[in-house]
Amino acid sequence: MPTAIDRAEVQRLLREEQAQLVEVLPPDEYEDEHLPGAINIPLKTLDRETTRQLDRDRPVIAYCYDYQ
Amino acid sequence: MSPRAASRFEALGFAQVYDYVAGKADWGSFGLPLEGRRPSETRLGAHVHSDVPACAPSDRMLEVRERVRATGWDTCFVTSEHGVVLGRLGRTALAGDDDVSVEQAMTLGPSTVRPSLELDTAVERMRTQNLTTLPVTRSDGVLIGVLRREDAEHALDSLASA
Repeated sequence: MPTAIDRAEVQRLLREEQAQLVEVLPPDEYEDEHLPGAINIPLKTLDRETTRQLDRDRPVIAYCYDYQ
Repeated sequence: MSPRAASRFEALGFAQVYDYVAGKADWGSFGLPLEGRRPSETRLGAHVHSDVPACAPSDRMLEVRERVRATGWDTCFVTSEHGVVLGRLGRTALAGDDDVSVEQAMTLGPSTVRPSLELDTAVERMRTQNLTTLPVTRSDGVLIGVLRREDAEHALDSLASA
């Protein structure tokens, strides 16, 4: 089961483990604003092909807008 | 949405998957930078004062008044042990001199807003309701801080002239 993390842990994973940030919102929302360095893979397109760009040896952090 | 995405990543064979559940609304509300075509400043989360004082329902008013006075604020939020907003001490409660418990003096259930709210919407609401501050919480009710109308209006003016 994926681990729920807070902001401090996001920052630590980015700093110490070169984690990869993935925003899963639609492209227009990603274009409006996203976390620095994040890539966009909308949830509806999340499959083997679209995730090929990610390094499987590094942590992946998924996020959207908030808790909803 | 992100819990489903994180589970999807695991189903696709990723071994180290994390879910930043509070998302970019949380990130922005703490003043951390966001990239993109829309400046973070258009949402109220970028203008929140997180140094607003808070106290517990069981605290005594004499001690709380002294503590709040030292911060320069004229309001104090009453929160649970987990930081969830339960009530508010306004100017009247803070100006008194009786030593009752905070629970007896507080106003229950103040209206709150999320950091993701558009700044112009927040300002309009404050003007309509004649509010000088708006408490800002996460969607789980935990206090983030306060939006001051004066700051919000200045920020809107700056955005309009940018």
